[in-house]
Amino acid sequence: MSARVASGTAALAVLIALPVVLSSYQLGLVTKMLIFGIFAMSLDLLLGYAGLPSLGHAAYFGVAAYTVGLLALRVGNNVWIDFPAGLAVAAAVSALFGLFALRTRGSYFLMITLALGQVLWGIAFGWRSLTGGDDGLPSVPRPRLPLPWPMTDGVPFYYFVLAFFALAVAALALIVSSPFGRALVGIRESERRMEVLGYDVWRYKYAAFVLAGLFAGLAGNLFVYFNGFVSPSYLSLLFSASALLMVILGGSGTLLGPAIGAAVIVGLENVISGYMERWVLVLGVIYVLVTLFAPTGLVGLVGRRLGHGDA
Amino acid sequence: MTALEIDNLTHTFGGLTALADVSLAVAPGERLAIIGPNGAGKTTLFNLITGIFRPSAGRIRLFGRDVTRLPVHRRARLGLARTFQISTLFPKLTVLDSVLLAVQGLDPARFVLHRRRASYGHLRERAESLLSEWSLADRAHQVTRQLSYGEQRQVELILALAGAPKVLLLDEPTAGLSPAETASVAQMIRRFSRETTILLIEHDMDVALDLVDRVTVLVQGRVLAEGEKDAIRSDPNVAAIYFGSDDA
Repeated sequence: MSARVASGTAALAVLIALPVVLSSYQLGLVTKMLIFGIFAMSLDLLLGYAGLPSLGHAAYFGVAAYTVGLLALRVGNNVWIDFPAGLAVAAAVSALFGLFALRTRGSYFLMITLALGQVLWGIAFGWRSLTGGDDGLPSVPRPRLPLPWPMTDGVPFYYFVLAFFALAVAALALIVSSPFGRALVGIRESERRMEVLGYDVWRYKYAAFVLAGLFAGLAGNLFVYFNGFVSPSYLSLLFSASALLMVILGGSGTLLGPAIGAAVIVGLENVISGYMERWVLVLGVIYVLVTLFAPTGLVGLVGRRLGHGDA
Repeated sequence: MTALEIDNLTHTFGGLTALADVSLAVAPGERLAIIGPNGAGKTTLFNLITGIFRPSAGRIRLFGRDVTRLPVHRRARLGLARTFQISTLFPKLTVLDSVLLAVQGLDPARFVLHRRRASYGHLRERAESLLSEWSLADRAHQVTRQLSYGEQRQVELILALAGAPKVLLLDEPTAGLSPAETASVAQMIRRFSRETTILLIEHDMDVALDLVDRVTVLVQGRVLAEGEKDAIRSDPNVAAIYFGSDDA
């Protein structure tokens, strides 16, 4: 525990110091890594802890991004309204989708989350007057905060994202070590057993589903501010699938592993897409390699080298 | 008042009648064995009592309360616990973690998500005292799937005991065990609190009769005979059907 707090503090110190050493381009890349780290960790709550393999997690990321983008462009750039609204819509959509998705298990759960995600993608693609269709919504402004540093600059915005990243890590770490989080792990291992032990399994899964949607929404909020743009690709299957890959690559059920997985994928995408257009092909190869050689992810791989596993 | 009362319970799978018109009553603290050949409907009966299946007809009462339509977890909170014939333990969790989940299941803290579980000292104390009471304390930090089969059966029993159940259903607790392991599990069951009402499914007639007060014999989904264990032991019908069947 104390070792974890110590290494966590050290990691946070490094992240705080990064703007000193990195170019503004590199800092932008790290900002993106942190945002996708939140996204991947939110999916890990479902996949790694509750054992629910969602293939539609981009839905909550995307609706939050669209909500913030639409409000900022059409109503007014007021972060105190837009930001909570993005979270609320993400939570509401996951609360609705959860009712359908949690009627199923295993690969059926995968299929229905995929289908529900595609419905939102279709709406974003087709409803041009609201969403701009395929062109998306350009020129979403950065948030205005009552601080002396404008968010349009890379460094203040990096700290803005880092604050939410640290908050998300702290909140999710608390959740997975709480009685609720331990019960999710029990449900992943044996649902039937948990029922017999007195757990209302559906309620746990539903709460996990909505929480995961909420944190995905947080990532979506931050990403639309970061990119200044939102398009149907935020709701796409490719987005959902790369989130799954980030979780599996980092190590599902380890919380920070998926954040590391997100950093690796974002970094690789950045490097490789400079040389070739077949980035998705590379993603596929990574997926195959991870499943074959590191089924427990990077964290599991390192853990085994150091001689202690992390369940 | 009866601890568990079953009236005219019937359950069909498609066209197949697994249980037909089964009635039985168990007094508080009583120990009842349910015996019968394979396919007699014993495990189906347990699945109906715990709520995993819903009966086609009939009523189930727990301490006078009709629980026929209650979901599984609500029945557990009324003091009903069970073990499974095929282990459905938490394979990747440590023994202590598994017992903690069992202890937490009936605790008000079970849905708390803003506090670490480690901060609930009473949960850990209860889990550790269960493990030392049943001589598994030295296995506490081992991952369940690494335990021997016999030890896994013991964990199974401890999980069921964690909530201090009023009614405990044991589904073949000694299945697949060596004679020595069977003896130690039987010894464990003998030590259970006499206040706990126990229903026991057991293939091994000697083990069963040694542990219980009364016996109900199920054959093809119906109650063939019931009575004190000595009467059942000498019942020629029971002997013919029970020993004449080819259950391994």
